[in-house]
Amino acid sequence: MKHIYTWGAILAIVLASTTGDVLLSRAMKKVGDVGELWRRAGLLTVAGRIFRSPSFLLGIFMMALAFYSLLFALSWGDVSLVAPASASLTFVANAIAAKIFLHERVDHRRWMAALLVAGGVALLAA
Amino acid sequence: MTFRKYLVLAGVTLFAAIGDSFLARGMKQVGNVSLHRLPEIILTILNPWIALGILFLLGFFAAYMTALSWADLTYVLPATSLGYVLLAIIAKFLLHEEVTTLRWLGIGLISAGVGFVTQGPALTPHADDEECLVEPIASRVDR
Repeated sequence: MKHIYTWGAILAIVLASTTGDVLLSRAMKKVGDVGELWRRAGLLTVAGRIFRSPSFLLGIFMMALAFYSLLFALSWGDVSLVAPASASLTFVANAIAAKIFLHERVDHRRWMAALLVAGGVALLAA
Repeated sequence: MTFRKYLVLAGVTLFAAIGDSFLARGMKQVGNVSLHRLPEIILTILNPWIALGILFLLGFFAAYMTALSWADLTYVLPATSLGYVLLAIIAKFLLHEEVTTLRWLGIGLISAGVGFVTQGPALTPHADDEECLVEPIASRVDR
């Protein structure tokens, strides 16, 4: 039973942090090149534009949700399972979500990168 | 990709690894925090290592948001995963933890992934890119 709770929490971490990353990425693409905007319009404009973006605020909320899911996962399972499993699954989930929702061109090179990093992260905690 | 942008990616990598290391060190001093007494977590900010760790993680977040403003998510995430490698090296040489052969293999895989993705383009060209570039100027004039 504990096993199911742990994997359920890991799934929640992966879903929440992938949703969060996609929302944050979408928000920042809308804001535009931060360095350029800062030079032209100043820091206040940059900060105002970021913090008034609904995607950004929702993204932060999803990240907080991912963090609390991590706390719950850690209370049920070992850190050596939870941390690498959630981190490496998030890499793969992000590649899929970025392709579907952000229309990023995820070519062979990026799939390879996502899978290599996911595998490497899993090995780090083995 | 300019030199300044590579510096931002390096900032994402370094701040995350350093921030996590400080948090780990601080939490070892604080000891176990029970889930049933979550408010205690707020008091852990008083630990200087944790305060410093949070400061670095705020720096990480600023750099991460900056990177996402001009690069794809599927570029930024693998490109900054060298932080895992950095953490393993910190663990071995500063915290004197055992780094097994399997872990070195994992480090190799991550480095290969980073090499792969950074050879390619950082941003997917979109049809509405021109709108994105024009829009900030227009809304600035409105104000």
